[in-house]
Amino acid sequence: MAGQQTIPSQELAAEVAAGSGQIVNRCYQCHKCTAGCPVAMAMDLMPHQVVRYVQLGLEEELIKSKTIWQCAACRTCVSRCPNGIDIAAINDALKQRALARGAVPALPEVAAFHQAFLASVKSRGRVHELGMLAAYKLKTRTYLQDAPLGFKMLRRGKLPIFSGGIKNKGRFRAMWEGSKEERR
Amino acid sequence: MKLSYYPGCSLHATSAEYSASTEGVFKALEVELEELNDWSCCGATSGHSLDSNLSHALPLYNLILAEAAGNDLLVPCAACYNTLRTTQNFMATASREAKELGQRAKEIMGREYRGTIKVRHVIEVLAEPGVFTALERKVTKKLGGIPLASYYGCLLTRPPKVASFEANPEQPRLMDRLLTLCGATAVSWSHKNECCGASLSIPQPKLVEELVGKIVEAARYAGAKAIVTACPLCHTNLESRQTKDEEPLPVFFITEILGLSLGLDPTPWLKKHLIDPFPLLRQYGLA
Ligand code: SF4
Ligand code: SF4
Repeated sequence: MAGQQTIPSQELAAEVAAGSGQIVNRCYQCHKCTAGCPVAMAMDLMPHQVVRYVQLGLEEELIKSKTIWQCAACRTCVSRCPNGIDIAAINDALKQRALARGAVPALPEVAAFHQAFLASVKSRGRVHELGMLAAYKLKTRTYLQDAPLGFKMLRRGKLPIFSGGIKNKGRFRAMWEGSKEERR
Repeated sequence: MKLSYYPGCSLHATSAEYSASTEGVFKALEVELEELNDWSCCGATSGHSLDSNLSHALPLYNLILAEAAGNDLLVPCAACYNTLRTTQNFMATASREAKELGQRAKEIMGREYRGTIKVRHVIEVLAEPGVFTALERKVTKKLGGIPLASYYGCLLTRPPKVASFEANPEQPRLMDRLLTLCGATAVSWSHKNECCGASLSIPQPKLVEELVGKIVEAARYAGAKAIVTACPLCHTNLESRQTKDEEPLPVFFITEILGLSLGLDPTPWLKKHLIDPFPLLRQYGLA
């Protein structure tokens, strides 16, 4: 991009701060987060770059990146960051922006997994692991992946066919819907 | 002592043996556990990934139920422990968002969240002085020096301001103390709190095999014959994502090891494991 200059825009930084509670402008690019990140080897943007891109307002690049979905949410970065910046929370805010804008997730399986998980929680108040896995597999068409493991777990009684949900669904749903409303 | 008990979804399914061994050990120690009535899922990683407010609404729902029950809340799952503590921390900020959520929760639940109870992990309670002394008295079966690697994973100690009960979260020690008390050898090793990638285990199995591979290799290098966890997600992940080039290392729950050494019958728990731990136990005359 010879001759072109990236002009930092504070807009994205402000919106991400509102969505994640993270003050990204405190970051001084010491790279400590990246040094400790267990999945950095599989990322296309390093954790410190995510923060820098937010500072620079490079939203398209962030929304298209694998990294926001690849983050394992282990919170190692926030534990070690001298400025207390929670990159997992920033990645969450960016995932939500990507979905809200209708972007195709760079790692569609990860998005499908979270969606299947939450659909299960929403309908019963608790996760039904077998049902959640079935929904995930239908969505991603990965029927054969982990099939032997699944059978082994079924045999050990680790994936009950039936499992109880909660009783007071009305109260639970109200908490759920309330939080959606707030998201806007 | 009486505690409310929040098993979380995994302990009702994939990790039923963690629940059974936790209940067994606490009963032996005369700590009463009462399952939190009508608890719901805490949302786990998916909750905060796709909906930042949902991530606090679901834990808060359970915190209010626990507060109504009146006792501190015992949480065996590291992910549940972390989300519940994160929400407590969020509510304590008394920010505008926290106040709004608190107000809505009060309208829906008919009860205000006050922050009066503690959320405590199984290890934290077992290592507290009174309980630890009771354990010391009741440990009858010493484990013959079996070398074990105590594994914390990430969410029990991170971030320390929110979640940790350890004096040094980068070098946690309480699980080692519990293992030593049982007559096991707690090996000193490098990957005690490296993330195993559990939240990506289903959508990213190859990556997770790599992470698990490094952890298991480190445990082996330190001389451990098995890994001990205190999290259902770590346990399932470490059991299911070891690749087959070498004999897999068995993975125990800390409560199973304690139960064994308290003289409880561990067979119903250990039978559920994906990696058969009995050959190892027989080798050390423990089964
Ligand atoms: S550790 Fe913190 S300050 Fe350092 S680069 Fe990462 S986010 Fe920035
Ligand atoms: S939370 Fe995400 S970005 Fe931070 S260290 Fe863990 S995997 Fe890396």
